[in-house]
Amino acid sequence: MTVTESVLVIAGMFIVTFGVRFVLFARAHKVVMPVFLDRALKFVPVAVLTSIIAPMIFVSNHQLNTSFNNPWLLGAFAAFLVGLWKQQQLLTIVVGVVVFFVAKYVFS
Amino acid sequence: MSTFKEMRRGAVVSVPMIVGGIPFGLLFGSLASSYGLSPWFAIAMSSIVFAGSAQFVAIGLISIHAPLWVIVSTTFIVNLRHLLYAADMVKYVKHLPMKLRIIMGFGLIDETYAAVRPLYGMGVVDEKTGHKAYLGSFLSFYVMWNITTVLGVVSGELIPGMSDWGLEFAMVATFISIITPYLKTMPFWFAMISAGVASVVLVDLPNNLGLLVSAVIAVSVGYFSDAALNKNKPPMAESSVGGQS
Repeated sequence: MTVTESVLVIAGMFIVTFGVRFVLFARAHKVVMPVFLDRALKFVPVAVLTSIIAPMIFVSNHQLNTSFNNPWLLGAFAAFLVGLWKQQQLLTIVVGVVVFFVAKYVFS
Repeated sequence: MSTFKEMRRGAVVSVPMIVGGIPFGLLFGSLASSYGLSPWFAIAMSSIVFAGSAQFVAIGLISIHAPLWVIVSTTFIVNLRHLLYAADMVKYVKHLPMKLRIIMGFGLIDETYAAVRPLYGMGVVDEKTGHKAYLGSFLSFYVMWNITTVLGVVSGELIPGMSDWGLEFAMVATFISIITPYLKTMPFWFAMISAGVASVVLVDLPNNLGLLVSAVIAVSVGYFSDAALNKNKPPMAESSVGGQS
C-alpha cells in the first residue's frame, strides 16, 4: 500500500467508526427519545451482549457444539447459574473462568 | 467522590475484559505485520480508529486488495451496533459539554458500554459521576489496546499460541455477569433467548451482520413482549435492574 492509500483507509475507517458512535451524542441535548424507543432501548445490553457471546459459547469451527466436553459451554453455564443465584459480578466471573479453564485442561 | 476515584471505578470494572482483550491486541499487531503492513499503519489504526473487530476485518480485506470503499463500508456495517449503545447512552450524556461527548463517542466500544452502562442502572453512578467512570474504562482499554498492538507488531505473538489459551472467555464470563441481573422479568428472558438463538443461527453471515440482525430481533422481542405483558402498566422502572452495589 502507498502512503496515500494508508492515510485514506485510516481516515475513512475513522470517519465511519467515530461517526456511528458520535452522531447521537452530538445531538444529545436536542434529541427527544420517543417513549416507545426508550422502552425498547433498555433491552440493548441483554440483546447485544448475548448476541456477541452466544456464538462463542455454542459454535466451534462453524458447527453447533452442545456437547458436555465443550469448555465454553460449561464455563458459561456455570457463570450463568451463579449469576442468577448470587448476583455478584466478581463471583460470577471467577466461577465461570475457573470452570472454563478446568474443563479446557481436563478435556484437551 | 473525587474524579480519580470514579475513574478508577470504571477501570476496575473493566479489568476482566482488559485481560480478555490482551491476546486480541497482540494478535492484531502480529497479524498486521504478517500481512506485510507497515508497523505505523497498524499502530495508527489502533490509536485513531480504535475498533477491535472492525480492525481485524479491515486488515483481512486489505490483504486481499479490496478497494477502499469496500473497506470503509464494511467497517461501517461492523460498527453499526454502536448506534444502539449511543441511543441508550443519550440520556446520560446530553448535559455534558461537547468536548467530553466527543471523547466519549470516540471511546464507545462494546466493553466500555458493557462495563459502565450497568453502573447507571444500579445507581452506583449518576449523571454527575458516570462520565468519569466511563472515561476511566475507556482510557484503560485504549492504553491496553495500543500497547498490545505495538507489542504484537514488534515481536509477533509474544508467547506463541497465546491466542489459543481462551483468555477471551473472561469477556464471556463478564458479559454473563452483566446479563443475569436483568433477568428478573420475562421480557428480558425472551430478549436473551431470542438473541442467543438468532446469533447462533446467523453466525455465518458476513461482516458481523448476524450480530447486528440478532441484536435488533432481540430488542424487538423484548419490547413487544414487554408491551403485551404490561399493557395496562407503566413501563418497567430501570431500578428493577441489578441487585448489587
